[in-house]
Amino acid sequence: MLDAYVPLLAMVGIAVFIAVFVLSVSRILGPQKATVRKLAPYESGMEPIGDAMARFPIKFNLVAMLFILFDVEVIFFFPYALVYRQLGIPGLIEMGSFVLVLLVGLTYVWKKGALTWD
Amino acid sequence: MTTIDHSLSVPSPRSITEPALAGKTQNMVLNMGPHHPSTHGVLRLVVELDGETVVNVAPDMGFLHTGIEKNMEYKTYQQALVMTDRTDYLAPLSNNLSYVLAVESLLQCDIPERAQTARVLLVELQRISSHLVWLGTHALDLAAMSVFLYGFREREQILDIFEMVSGARMMTSYFRVGGLAYDLPEGFFPAVKAFVDVMPARIDEYEALLTNNLIWQERTMGVGAIDSAAALQYGMTGPGLRATGVAWDIRKAMPYSGYENYTFAIPTATNGDIYDRYLVRMAEMRESVKIVAQAATRLKDMGDGPWQTADRKIAPPPKIEITQSMESLIHHFKLWTEGFKPPRGDAMVAIESPRGELATYIVSDGSPKPYRVHMRAPSFINLQALPHMAKGQLMADLVALIASLDPVLGEVDR
Amino acid sequence: MTWLDILILLVRCLVLALASATLFAYFTLFERRLLAKFQHRIGPNRAGYIPLPGGKKLFGGWLQPAADAVKLFLKEDVVPAMADKWVYIMAPGFAVVPALIIWVAIPLGTWPDGMGGNWLHYAPIDVGVLYLLAVTSIGVYGIAIAGWASNNKYSMIGGVRASAQVISYELALGFAILAVVMQNSTFRTEEIVTSQGLIWNIIPQFLGFIIFLIASTAEVVRSPFDLVEAEQELVGGYNTEYGSMKFALFFMSEYIKLIAMNAIAVTLFLGGGNFPGIDTLVAAIKTSNGDTIAYAVQGALTLGAFLLKTTALSFLSVWVRASVPRVRYDQLMHLGWKVLLPLGLFNVVMTAVFGVLFPADSLIAKIIMCVVGVIVVVIVSATATPKHAKRGVTLVNPSAGN
Repeated sequence: MLDAYVPLLAMVGIAVFIAVFVLSVSRILGPQKATVRKLAPYESGMEPIGDAMARFPIKFNLVAMLFILFDVEVIFFFPYALVYRQLGIPGLIEMGSFVLVLLVGLTYVWKKGALTWD
Repeated sequence: MTTIDHSLSVPSPRSITEPALAGKTQNMVLNMGPHHPSTHGVLRLVVELDGETVVNVAPDMGFLHTGIEKNMEYKTYQQALVMTDRTDYLAPLSNNLSYVLAVESLLQCDIPERAQTARVLLVELQRISSHLVWLGTHALDLAAMSVFLYGFREREQILDIFEMVSGARMMTSYFRVGGLAYDLPEGFFPAVKAFVDVMPARIDEYEALLTNNLIWQERTMGVGAIDSAAALQYGMTGPGLRATGVAWDIRKAMPYSGYENYTFAIPTATNGDIYDRYLVRMAEMRESVKIVAQAATRLKDMGDGPWQTADRKIAPPPKIEITQSMESLIHHFKLWTEGFKPPRGDAMVAIESPRGELATYIVSDGSPKPYRVHMRAPSFINLQALPHMAKGQLMADLVALIASLDPVLGEVDR
Repeated sequence: MTWLDILILLVRCLVLALASATLFAYFTLFERRLLAKFQHRIGPNRAGYIPLPGGKKLFGGWLQPAADAVKLFLKEDVVPAMADKWVYIMAPGFAVVPALIIWVAIPLGTWPDGMGGNWLHYAPIDVGVLYLLAVTSIGVYGIAIAGWASNNKYSMIGGVRASAQVISYELALGFAILAVVMQNSTFRTEEIVTSQGLIWNIIPQFLGFIIFLIASTAEVVRSPFDLVEAEQELVGGYNTEYGSMKFALFFMSEYIKLIAMNAIAVTLFLGGGNFPGIDTLVAAIKTSNGDTIAYAVQGALTLGAFLLKTTALSFLSVWVRASVPRVRYDQLMHLGWKVLLPLGLFNVVMTAVFGVLFPADSLIAKIIMCVVGVIVVVIVSATATPKHAKRGVTLVNPSAGN
């Protein structure tokens, strides 16, 4: 049963190996002539104004929140997807009401303007 | 303009960087340029960003300052001409023309009809080639990369014509005080005809890729709009002004070089946004093709003839004359060692360059070198309106906006 | 499982990883040559041509990817002073590992090993579809981490954009895949392929295919949704500070993910390695030449069909890149949340209704679904797109001689 996952594990190992190999080889082969200017962060050739790791607007976070909400709801669909033929019409009605709830949520978010950028 | 709106101003870069460095702003302050792929040269914009939204922009220029205007004071009038090529490097012939017309107006000399017509023809070709670069880079800035290469295909044809007449593809210096540098070469008319024949279909091709492209419309319509009052107050000229609905074109308003004899229209639009500037420039290319065709017909009908003024104090005698006539030899020698001396006074001549109103102001103190030269550079003045247009737009729009203003940094900094 | 089995497995995995890397390398060449064709250019044609008599050159540029790789290996490996060193170094790894491991769950073809397995399908896991969905989206961690660790504003904006973009399209992508799962009633990728037969899922799931195509393009941040790099705005986006092979790993992960997405589209919607005629041919060979040869032929043919379909979709990707401008951030969000998400939901509901009302393999249901899908796509593309009044210029013409 879990045998099928062994190749997957092997592939993860190989992929990690390739990533490490490639990074270290280029570290060894490439020249190392660092200067202060070269190591400065690129900001179109000017001295950077302030730190880049600064606060970021809440709007991006809002997108993430909405995603989590909807993605969790999508997950509920997946078990249904396998058995929906057996469940027949009653299952369809149940799932339909679930979709309706989802749609109400989407409409609410939409009307609140959370999906509009500015 | 009767009233002046004092709220229109151009912020200084310091007004953004200093609060940011003092930690007084929550917004991200970003240097866009001088070394940035889409600031069309070494323009530096200090951008204050709230997420993706542009709160404030301050253009900072001077990174390409070459001292051209000052240097011209140390050259004779003929030598200084060469420097004008280097200001707006996408339209050298337009700069040549503006300068040459200013000097000629100081000298009060007559230019043969043939030279005038050739100037009109070449300057209109220059307008097309400049607009092609604008179109290509504008499309490239919105990542429609193919248009760029299509535009350069046709520009190549124009540059070939320039090479044919002057020997140089970009820095032509072909217009001289008193006329042209050389006669038009053999094969000039077929080359122009080939271009005029092919160009309208090629403009259709670009329009097919962009004009009705939904993403293109979405990215440009309603973005970076400016009304005619604000545009006039910022001193905008050229396609940017005409897109707001003001039909101001020096070629019609104060005709020079015989533009009054050609049939062409001024394309205008009403919304003043990026899309309208795009439409106006596309229509201008079509009009320019018409002017080129008319000028070519006229030149052909004129046949051979003089291409520079007969005044030997201004234009050099033909080479063959120098070997036969002492007087010609003296003229030649005087002209290339000392130069000519325009009377004391000043002159300012404006032309319609691809970017707008390009005027050259020359003060003469009676010596063979100009006392002061100043260019009213359309790129520089149009750029003033950028912060006004960019406020409240998204960062991606800023890139499109710069492209739609079509600044040439060589001309901005001079 | 013996040591030998494990060794064989590792070698197979290495072959798969190298094959996908090679595929990536030649896809870049394919893209560059093709873009050049679109743009009246020649493209890279110097490295490694085969001279023919008469001055003609064959396969011009086929060594270009190798030359690029060697160049990148020899570049200086810079770690910016202000960067978060170890996170900065690990980020390309985070990007490339998910890209490489996508492939194990995709049935690349059918080459039975005689013991119930399939040489061309590495990990026939129960939840193959969920695995694909998961792995394609964790790739964004590499991008987001890179953007943050570089301590560069362009990178930062690129990284944040990437996260927001990928999660926005994740939903639409999930719904498109969900409908396929419902259509074929299985999570196993190989069963999805076989149950499609010769009426590929693109017919009943036409709407789903369109959603998948758009959402997957956005998911792998490919033009016209490449806001994450957006050279014209963000210089290079998240990879601004990256050079040498670290950059190459990002580049590689992006392209491998693009090809993998196309491969997933082929698996889910275009019948994977199925192609009319292969089964008959294999049956004929089986009777005349025996099982081993028949399986090998089947493997080669199905792999060929699979790659052919993937290449066709990849061609589409390049074509799109050559043609359209980039969308803006707000437009991207609009498309993802307000167009594709409701459409995906509609598609799921439609699939459920038809699945319940009709028997599993009803041809009529499939045809009706196809027709409904086409109609919906047409209506949505006609109505959901913003309307713009047709604009033109006014030709102001003070007559000549004015």
